[in-house]
Amino acid sequence: MSTPSLEIKELAFAYPDGNQALFGVNLSINKGERVALLGPNGAGKTTLVMHMNGIHPTAQGSVRIAGELVDAKNKDSLKQIRAKVGIVFQDPDDQLFMPTVGEDVAFGPYNMGKRGEELDAIVKNALDLVGMAEFKDRPPHHLSFGQRRRVAVATVLAMKPEILVLDEPSSNLDPASRRELADILRSLDITMVMVTHDLPYANELCERAVILKGGIIVADGSTHNILTNKALLEANRLELPVGFSIQ
Amino acid sequence: MLESLKRTRVNTQVQTHHHGHDVGERLYLHRHSIVHETASYLKVIAAITFILVAVSTPITNWQAFIGYFIWVLTVAAIAKIPFTLLFKRALIEIPFIFFAILMPFFGSGERFVAGPFNLYREGLLAGAGIVVKGTLGVLTAIILSTSTTAREILRGLERLRLPALMVQIASFMLRYVNVVNDEMERMKVARDSRGFEATGIKHWKVIATAAGALFIRSYERGERVHLSMLSRGYEGVLPHDEVEKSKASDWLMVLIYPLVALVILLITTLIGN
Repeated sequence: MSTPSLEIKELAFAYPDGNQALFGVNLSINKGERVALLGPNGAGKTTLVMHMNGIHPTAQGSVRIAGELVDAKNKDSLKQIRAKVGIVFQDPDDQLFMPTVGEDVAFGPYNMGKRGEELDAIVKNALDLVGMAEFKDRPPHHLSFGQRRRVAVATVLAMKPEILVLDEPSSNLDPASRRELADILRSLDITMVMVTHDLPYANELCERAVILKGGIIVADGSTHNILTNKALLEANRLELPVGFSIQ
Repeated sequence: MLESLKRTRVNTQVQTHHHGHDVGERLYLHRHSIVHETASYLKVIAAITFILVAVSTPITNWQAFIGYFIWVLTVAAIAKIPFTLLFKRALIEIPFIFFAILMPFFGSGERFVAGPFNLYREGLLAGAGIVVKGTLGVLTAIILSTSTTAREILRGLERLRLPALMVQIASFMLRYVNVVNDEMERMKVARDSRGFEATGIKHWKVIATAAGALFIRSYERGERVHLSMLSRGYEGVLPHDEVEKSKASDWLMVLIYPLVALVILLITTLIGN
């Protein structure tokens, strides 16, 4: 068995104000897996994501990306880690800060030392993957929300990450954009962690799901099994939309 | 039954402005002219040197200023900027001129009578200097900002070695002014939807609270943007384009702007003596 893309062991974390968010998370994700990270608001999902690339320093326990320890104190390794973990944030406006789409996609690879033609090729490739190549010279402000979300995915893909982490990828998207994004995500050959409240979306895209509640993983299994377990969903404030059922 | 699908057209005035809703770029007027196509950093250099020449011309050399104005308007015409737009935008200097107009009434030294007024010669010259030189500077800045996108001006400033941090701050402002503006607009709509109407001083508190909320939101957004930058390996440097050398002819082209002013200055000075 190859090294897991993501391996979290006994991860615990408390905010400086004493509010503890994580109480010993154990999670291992293999290369190529697509995993939905489910859980009610305030379960610690975002806090967990922030540990995956060392934005929150690991206080207790360990996080490994493709075998490499995430160590917020080791600047060199942190740079490597951030290249390997691509986080797509919830609000694309937080992610797209450069004046044009193309420049924004170039931001990550540029920081990784790519220049000139190589950089151009990376940008073009990443935009092609999300079908946004023709918008390269447009300012992000002129795009629709769905388009901005796709560009946000491209900015991260341009870094050729080992693992793609998406925070609520389907939020605020109209049904067509939501499906387009699903098609794009399914077409990517990459390990994926998807934080979401959109259970049908998780069901559609991820073969595996984990539930985080109260700072620990309370369930881990096939998405199908988890979403058909009524008692489990109810205990974790998760609900399928009315009228939606999984055979 | 399909009658209900009939669409009623509303007569609307089409906005002719190029980037109607884009706050950051609303000064830019898209045209194809030699002024638009010149490299932005050269334009910045030209504008600054021209202003230096104009400012260092003594106000008593009034013939030179006539020459300057003709020249500035000629360049505006070359840049295909409508004069009405030019003058409308120049109105921005009115608050500054206001003080200059007061200057002849206060001061010391030689006085003279003009109509009902008893004016100071010194003050009149100083006031006129501010008005005339200020107007030249404002017109030059308008030509620059109308023929160059804000984004390009920033690139130009970066090229001219303005500290990277300042350029970064300015370009973030340019990027997020729209986002914050939209947010402000939504907050206003939400306020108005609940029957709020700002009519007097007693409503200032509401406005101030909204401004405070907007500040906090923007501040938090700043933190999130920073997080997302760190996530993509930000280390204090923003990517910038490879520097392209400008040809000597480009330099010559752009330096014509201050050079013509200089020639006007020399000629009028010589004639004056």
